[in-house]
Amino acid sequence: MELQPLLFLVFALGAVISAVSTVTRKNPVSSAMSLVAHFFMLAGLYLTLEAQFVAAVQVLVYAGAIMVLVVFVIMLLNLGNEQALTENRGLRSTLATLIGAVFAVQIILVTVAEPTGANALPSRAVEIGTTESIGQSLFTQYLFPFEAISLLLLAALIGSVVLAKRHMK
Amino acid sequence: MNLTQFLIITAQAGMLVNMMLIAAAYMVLAERKVSAWIQNRLGPNRVGWWGMLQSFADVFKLYLKEDIVPAAADYKFHALAPVISIAVAITVYAVIPWSGPLIEIDGVQYGLAMAPDMNVALLTILAMTSVGVYGVALAGWSSNSKYSLMGGLRSAAQMISYELSMGLSIIGVVLICGSLNLVEIIQYQTANGWNVFYQPLAFVIFFVTALAETNRAPFDLPEAEPELVGGYHTEYSGMKFGLLYLAEYGNMLASSAIMATLFLGGWDPVPFIDEAALLGLDPYSLPMVLIQHGVFVGKAATLVFVFIWIRWSLPRFRYDQLMNLGWKILLPLSLANITITGIVLLLLN
Repeated sequence: MELQPLLFLVFALGAVISAVSTVTRKNPVSSAMSLVAHFFMLAGLYLTLEAQFVAAVQVLVYAGAIMVLVVFVIMLLNLGNEQALTENRGLRSTLATLIGAVFAVQIILVTVAEPTGANALPSRAVEIGTTESIGQSLFTQYLFPFEAISLLLLAALIGSVVLAKRHMK
Repeated sequence: MNLTQFLIITAQAGMLVNMMLIAAAYMVLAERKVSAWIQNRLGPNRVGWWGMLQSFADVFKLYLKEDIVPAAADYKFHALAPVISIAVAITVYAVIPWSGPLIEIDGVQYGLAMAPDMNVALLTILAMTSVGVYGVALAGWSSNSKYSLMGGLRSAAQMISYELSMGLSIIGVVLICGSLNLVEIIQYQTANGWNVFYQPLAFVIFFVTALAETNRAPFDLPEAEPELVGGYHTEYSGMKFGLLYLAEYGNMLASSAIMATLFLGGWDPVPFIDEAALLGLDPYSLPMVLIQHGVFVGKAATLVFVFIWIRWSLPRFRYDQLMNLGWKILLPLSLANITITGIVLLLLN
């Protein structure tokens, strides 16, 4: 008996539940922790699809670095009053719901109209998912975009240092 | 993965968790004994021969204690934080190569390690270390106490700062061995000598950052007693406190085992010598694997001893000193280490 499809279902369900809980929780820390759980579920999905590197980096970067900073800021600000944080249902949320519904219908239509039919992973999936193959294509085929992103990140890094230093004299 | 494999891996997981808990119990005893010797005392010696059952008595006591939750605490997260801490500590154990293959079932070999041939084992370890912040930070925040919050914030800032140097110090090892697979890193070291000889700087950086990541002295600011009572676990009692405590020791053993794997040759007994040929054994035979397992555990235990030794010998850092050391000394050093290693490897090839 193959367990991978079963695990995929478990992680997919967990991902949906934690994503919904992220937007419905009133407490900001609850929201943030639901998002962390969502990232773990996504990492599980990637693992069942043999994308080991992406799974590890998903946890390392999103759950381990970005969300830690988000939680850190929430704790520092200590947003206690939950009532004050609830958004009023105005034009913005109605518009967002509308656009979201359009996207949902599109996704359903596309998957129903053109089922991918791929029940089994291609045998090359295991090779593609490794760190070696990702590094190989990153430093040969996609070298220019890679370097461009590096420059962009460097600029952001210097920018944040400048912003932080402005008030320190 | 089929059902048999799933059941075997579940059994391995159960075994590893229990091994970790028993090891943590004896590490606590070792901590108390070593601190006693350093301070010219006897240490615990009443429960069991030589105090051997002291930790079990302590855990039993913790189970019987009343679980006190502060009135203003966020109960959900107060209960969740110790669970996150211990879960993260245990997850790392899945990828540590405790032993080579011991038995073979249906053509698949199994050892004490659950996922030894994982392609991204090293990244998984880094990922789990960085996720470990949540346990401490949430414990501090949810208690709704100033001391706890200070402890939680300090530890979050400290772990984020030192994680960078830790990750960068490993890159030198990865450059040399050409793999993120821990078993392949050990095999490379068995053939070519231990990494500590080629990457001494990375070893020192990794050791210092491991001390900081496990919140051990001299970097134990998150729980600095004179300033913060007990830091992030001030408001914890009973077995919840016990779990936070266990997680600290679990992390300590895990980092020691990782250091042994990455820098000290893993399960290779003596560097630059082919022991299997010397003893006339097949390198993958059972006695050789058992010897290697003993050597690996011995190395990890020695490093745990060094952790304890440092804790009872060095005074605590001040907070600004800690941040300066992390950002202004360790980070540039680890970057320089990567550059130099890269240049040397390029010239050698």
